[in-house]
Amino acid sequence: MDALVSGAGLLLDWQIILALLVGSIGGVIIGAIPGVGAAVAIAILLPATFSLPPLVGLTMLLGIYGSSMYGGALPAVLLNTPGTAVNALTTYDGYPMTQRGEAKRAVALAYSASFVGGIISIIALIALSPLLAAVAPLFGSREIFLAALLGIILVVLAHRGQTFAAGMLAAFGILLHTVGLEPVNYTRRFTFDQSWLTSGFDLIVVVLGLFALSQAFLLLSQPDEHPKATTISGSVFSGLKELWLYKRVAAVSSGFGVMMGMVPGVGEFTAQFISYTYAQKTSKTPELFGKGSPEGLIASEAANNAVPAAAMIPLLALGIPGEALTAMMLSVFYVHNVIPGPQLFQNQMDFVMALYLALLVLNVLVLIFLLFSTNILTRVIQVPTRLVGIVILLLSFVGVYSLRNSITDCAIASVFGVLGVILKRLNLPLVPIILGMVLGGIMEVKLRSSMPRVKTPMDMIDRPIAMILFALILLVIGLHIRTLIREYRNPPVNPDTDIHDTQGGGQ
Amino acid sequence: MIRIKGLQELFKRYRRPGDIVFAWVFVVLSVFLLTQLDTQAPWNPKAKTFSQPAFWPTVAVISMTAFSAFHLLSSFLSTRLDGRWKEVWAWVRSVEYSGWFMAYVYLVPLLGYLPMTMAFAVLLGLRAGYRSVKVLGTLIILSVVIVLVFKGFLQVKIPGAAVYEYLPTAMRSFFLTYL
Repeated sequence: MDALVSGAGLLLDWQIILALLVGSIGGVIIGAIPGVGAAVAIAILLPATFSLPPLVGLTMLLGIYGSSMYGGALPAVLLNTPGTAVNALTTYDGYPMTQRGEAKRAVALAYSASFVGGIISIIALIALSPLLAAVAPLFGSREIFLAALLGIILVVLAHRGQTFAAGMLAAFGILLHTVGLEPVNYTRRFTFDQSWLTSGFDLIVVVLGLFALSQAFLLLSQPDEHPKATTISGSVFSGLKELWLYKRVAAVSSGFGVMMGMVPGVGEFTAQFISYTYAQKTSKTPELFGKGSPEGLIASEAANNAVPAAAMIPLLALGIPGEALTAMMLSVFYVHNVIPGPQLFQNQMDFVMALYLALLVLNVLVLIFLLFSTNILTRVIQVPTRLVGIVILLLSFVGVYSLRNSITDCAIASVFGVLGVILKRLNLPLVPIILGMVLGGIMEVKLRSSMPRVKTPMDMIDRPIAMILFALILLVIGLHIRTLIREYRNPPVNPDTDIHDTQGGGQ
Repeated sequence: MIRIKGLQELFKRYRRPGDIVFAWVFVVLSVFLLTQLDTQAPWNPKAKTFSQPAFWPTVAVISMTAFSAFHLLSSFLSTRLDGRWKEVWAWVRSVEYSGWFMAYVYLVPLLGYLPMTMAFAVLLGLRAGYRSVKVLGTLIILSVVIVLVFKGFLQVKIPGAAVYEYLPTAMRSFFLTYL
């Protein structure tokens, strides 16, 4: 309780309040413009936040992360185009409702479901904090290594139908991390005697290339689109209370969002599909799903909005990011010498609470903003796509060049931008590269530091948490093999592996 | 025959045009890196396996090779969609904008952040097919806002341009600091 009060005290600073306002309102607008998304915005803003105090910088980035999905629902409902990739499922039921003339109802349900998802996940986090604070110190080098290994395995296996691609890209990410001077023995690795490779690949440069520049190149090289959205007449406030009729779906979907958000490498997509399937199976009108079912819309929005807060758990408690956006935030922590992990929960619980409370406040701010600005936002989402591409390209320059004023960094980012275009067009995932880089680094350091206490392989798992993590790794692999065998015996009639529009987490 | 059909079912997946080209490129890259392991990440006979500087590069390159080989195999076994080379051409087209970006990067330290941002916004607007004064004007306003917010307000590290040195003393320091 003391930590909660102290955390609230930390938020009472004009810089943080301003960061919350800019982050939450900016995040909604960014999320609402199809083709931008939180990943692009966070990648661009990341270097700019390095000069701000850690809590201010993180609050702004969290604001964008937590609010972009609210904004992303708007074009999903009105235009049949998701503002961010994780709003894709919202189009299934949101757009048919708009076609039926129920745009206002669909938007109100999307906002209220997102709000409930966000709030439930933050309450769960605050309630779980004492438990996390008790468990986190039990994680030593071995446990963190195994947790990172589990994260890598999950990110590969979570891409069903694209496991091999995700595997090769995650391995590529691990390789990217190893390029340059090795920090202990100063051995050169894969530098090919090139001085520019000696310092290796900077995570932020790769992130900016893969997420921001690639999006600019993609939008500029594709035909220009001028989306035309339906305007909404009247206030959406009256529609908010309708969510009460579907409280079970909203609560269960939020629960799935919290659980999936906590597991590294899984995230919004899995949470949404589990929630959507649950909602359909338990609905009295399952035939309406995909044709404008309010329950489908609620399941999708509540689940995806419950993820951001939950995704902060592995990041803050163990220093392990579960997806690309939290991987980016990790670099903000490192720049300010705030090392996420067990120590943070032990020594700076007020800082952790301040982040949770910031998330809570931003959900309220976003809902209020949306209630009064939906019709203005419908104009924002009609910005031509190539114009958006130009702005992203100009902003990407700030992100890459301001890091070290290095033209080499910009050239590297540019190459990764082209790679990002190829991966996006092939619908191959970007996230495994980023998680490979981050988790590869964690695994290398933690495996090495755990070695002095490991004489036999069994020593690696002789502590309870290490044993549980190892069992989880075996379970995850075992379940995947079981699924493969089942699919081999009963091949799906019409396999839809396009379900993970894998730029996810991505945008 | 049944066994081969079963294998095909197991590896079959959804793919997009051009998938196999990327799969081949990745396999070739992985095999090339594999052949370079000895020289680029040499194994130190005195160090323990898990403390080897070469341990993680080796794990990464071997995994890349194995996964990319399976990815290529699955690409072979999946239904081919038309438009492979058209897709590859779309990838090549994006390189043009990479060139625009690098030109912008190269010119900013010489000719100034504000002038180059305005110039590139307009040039890219024209390249993207916009001809209306309204859109081009919007782009100029946006570029001024970007420069003022990031360099003027947030003070991100973008060096003053070489050309600003020729400005009168009174204006020089303002331009070097804010624009």
